[in-house]
Amino acid sequence: MEQTDISWLIGGPQGSGVESGANIFSRACAAMGYEIFGKREFYSNIKGEHSYFVVRVSNNVIRSNINDVTMMAAFDAETIFRHADEVIKNGAIIYDSDLATTKVDEVHNMDLNYKQRLLKHLDSKNKPHTIQGLLDVAQERGVNLYPISFRNVLSTMADEVNNPRLKGMVRMFNVLSVSFSLGVFGMPPETLLNSVDIIFAKKQAIADLNKKTANYAYNYAAAKFPNFTYRLKPIEKKSGNILIQGYQGTALGKMVCGCRFQPYYPITPASDESVYLESNELLDVKENRPGSTVVVQTEDEISAMGMTIGSALTGTRSATCTSGPGFSLMAETLGWAGINEVPVVITLYQRSGPSTGLPTRHGQDDLMFAIYAGHGEFPKMVYASGDIEESFYDTGRCFNYADIYQVPVIHMMDKFLASSVVTCKRFESDKITINRGKLLDKIEGDYKRFEFVPDGISPRSKLGLENGIFWNTGDESDEHGHISEDPEIRIKKMDKRHSKLEHMLKTIPTEEQAISYGISDYCIMSWGSTKGPILDAIDMLKKENINVGFIQIKLLHPFPTDYIKSLLKNVKTIIDIEANQTGQLGLLLTQNLEKSPDYYILKYTGRAMTSTELYDSLKSIIANKAEKRQVLTHGA
Amino acid sequence: MALKLGDYKTEVHNDWCPGCGDFGIVNAIQMALSEMQIPRHQAAIFSGIGCSGKTSHFINVYGVHTLHGRVLTFAQGAKIANPDMTIIAAGGDGDGLGIGVGHFIAAGRRNLDLTYIIFNNGVYGLTKGQASPTLRLGEKTKSLPSPNTNYNVNPIGLAITSGFTFIARGYAYDVRHLKDLIIAAVRHKGLAFLDVLQPCPTYNDINTRDWYSGMDGMTESQKQHSRIYKLEDTGYDPVVHYDSETEFNEKLTQALIKSLEWDTKIPTGVFYKNEIISQYENRIIDKIPNYLENPPAAQVVSSNNKPTTDISKILDSMSV
Repeated sequence: MEQTDISWLIGGPQGSGVESGANIFSRACAAMGYEIFGKREFYSNIKGEHSYFVVRVSNNVIRSNINDVTMMAAFDAETIFRHADEVIKNGAIIYDSDLATTKVDEVHNMDLNYKQRLLKHLDSKNKPHTIQGLLDVAQERGVNLYPISFRNVLSTMADEVNNPRLKGMVRMFNVLSVSFSLGVFGMPPETLLNSVDIIFAKKQAIADLNKKTANYAYNYAAAKFPNFTYRLKPIEKKSGNILIQGYQGTALGKMVCGCRFQPYYPITPASDESVYLESNELLDVKENRPGSTVVVQTEDEISAMGMTIGSALTGTRSATCTSGPGFSLMAETLGWAGINEVPVVITLYQRSGPSTGLPTRHGQDDLMFAIYAGHGEFPKMVYASGDIEESFYDTGRCFNYADIYQVPVIHMMDKFLASSVVTCKRFESDKITINRGKLLDKIEGDYKRFEFVPDGISPRSKLGLENGIFWNTGDESDEHGHISEDPEIRIKKMDKRHSKLEHMLKTIPTEEQAISYGISDYCIMSWGSTKGPILDAIDMLKKENINVGFIQIKLLHPFPTDYIKSLLKNVKTIIDIEANQTGQLGLLLTQNLEKSPDYYILKYTGRAMTSTELYDSLKSIIANKAEKRQVLTHGA
Repeated sequence: MALKLGDYKTEVHNDWCPGCGDFGIVNAIQMALSEMQIPRHQAAIFSGIGCSGKTSHFINVYGVHTLHGRVLTFAQGAKIANPDMTIIAAGGDGDGLGIGVGHFIAAGRRNLDLTYIIFNNGVYGLTKGQASPTLRLGEKTKSLPSPNTNYNVNPIGLAITSGFTFIARGYAYDVRHLKDLIIAAVRHKGLAFLDVLQPCPTYNDINTRDWYSGMDGMTESQKQHSRIYKLEDTGYDPVVHYDSETEFNEKLTQALIKSLEWDTKIPTGVFYKNEIISQYENRIIDKIPNYLENPPAAQVVSSNNKPTTDISKILDSMSV
């Protein structure tokens, strides 16, 4: 079979439909049988700043972006200025020819630092400080330039279809860009039109106009630029694939595993999950009356955490979803859940900190914070998903862990996962098991909520249950839950709570603690969303007969020391890969394994790792030419 | 079998200072629960932090002693998940009007069917008498190094402008009247706020029991004249009777004006009552029609440990 692996980039001002353009493209490619991996990058801004989407399309399983761009569709000047150099030889730049004379200085959204770098670059190539200058550089490298006047196309079309409204309709630029692209790729036009139909299904009023425009633009570009090297033809379709947006994984997991209450406070990139849950609040339930998820937008994250706990006390599976700044506010309340042994799940979509940091960008900065969040000492669990498919099933696990061990569970996700669009295997709800642990439905006789029992986990009553009255308090308390400052009780209660950490390690199956993707002399240790780029980079190395092992740690707290030690027995070189500055997993390894990583590959630009840059970095390590600490930088 | 007052009491030792107004409030809550015959397992007391925070330990129903300022967040979460529970939230004035005032306002806007009681004594007792948000500007209670530099919060006024739909004030030493107010608050359909004047005998040497009862102004020629009076004794009508802007504004305004009375005449009783504004529960029903029949806490989510929620329609729409 012919191998296809292309990367398509669409860019424009925020708020101009870059995302729906990318969705049309992704849908169309997925419908043709391809695997998709797409990622959105955007500023903390509503309208105007540079936003772009890179969609990788392949007939093989893909789990990451690569550096090379096969085709770029730019409908504003900044996209060209930012990305023209990423397009490969024989690749293509489809752009609005009306922009060719735009000068670097005229693009006000670009920051000065970048402008200076760009001017230096153009000067070094002896080119004018314009779009055309940069495009000339690309053309000299062998990039195909496909100029189209977006306005002229709209104008001609307006006359032909007798719809003067179309003239100068800037918000059609996204549909134009994607349709031109499909035309140049030679994709079947019906895939485009079907995809437009699906994406605009809820906006019937504009769907028709978009379809007409798409059709017109497709034909225009297909006729004008018929000879592009890369073609996308329908291939045999794998059955049972879905095309899914990152944040939907945990949301669907919550629906299936029975989370019925989620309060939240708006924050990027976490709130998409809550909004999606609310949009699907009515639930179909087999052999029972319809269910529902109550989603409440609260006044702040403190309230979100407080409400989550209040609801959990009624026996309801309850969660909240937030990002770093919001999680900071939840810390005190999290401790309350800890001392009162309340099962709650906090889905933590990390972004770049500290403080507001890079609010719309990726990061894995909060591992240590999640582990240590809250004052005082109390047990909790920190669990990380590596990709969107995992996040669905892991959500089910997190709720089980919370119920079984009666602890708060922090489910680590991040911006990279949240804003990726991927094809993956259709989720199978039957693979999720629901285990409510020692939650009681009936109580007779005396009841003590915090009864001292051998495994440290007391049977749990819930508000409203007859004979199950209990007291909770943030103070230290006795078995009933009444305040106690007795030193003996204090020791017993502290030990009871902390014994759960050991209990978790003994009872959680090792395959849920960490995943080993093969062990070799060189072994990558990582956690969370780096999984995709790592696996893709390992595949690239394999083609050169270079074997690199990889252990993905999912259970980060309590740390599965024994299991990881057993996996690392024959490993000579440990490479720690993380999207943060300090190598937080590396610290954990040092702390728990008495063994530090030999190399660190870190990225903290706020942009996710590409498999290309990881591959390069790993190769230099294996060639023994690498510094101990490598910092990745790719991406605008 | 009828539940007796004693059934609502725990054996937990009460360590409040002798003479503390808090005793009256706890007694009134227990009396109200007993009079309403609310089954013990169907009631929960949520409390904040401070002396008042211990309230939940003294009452023999579900008791959740939460965090400083956050009592309403916990209480609302529980109420939304299990709307069958009778929930009373209790906390101090520093708790609810200082650190937790954001939640106070947000709770008012929601108007869930629960009762919130503030133990209002003008000081932070458990941390040795700092000024609370209700202490008046320039007043110097005995452990303050210098007079209070902040203007006071008007709890009744704040509740009015935040959307609470039942607003009343009680006095900790008039336990029977307070008990009646608590019953009215619990029976009210919507969020009820009860501001309870609660002398702190240890740290508030201004608003003392004697001060409230007018003993401080008594000269030999004067008879004792209590500062506290009951709105219901004056023919005051707090109820919003029909759905009109004029009626709303009139009842809100008269309550606001009454809330400003202090110093020589301090009103107690019901300031405002509005059951025309929808409860939060009904706002959920607008989106989730079977919410009350099948609230979060009652939902069956699994059968033989396997999920029963069916997301196949959503997955179908994602299929490629």
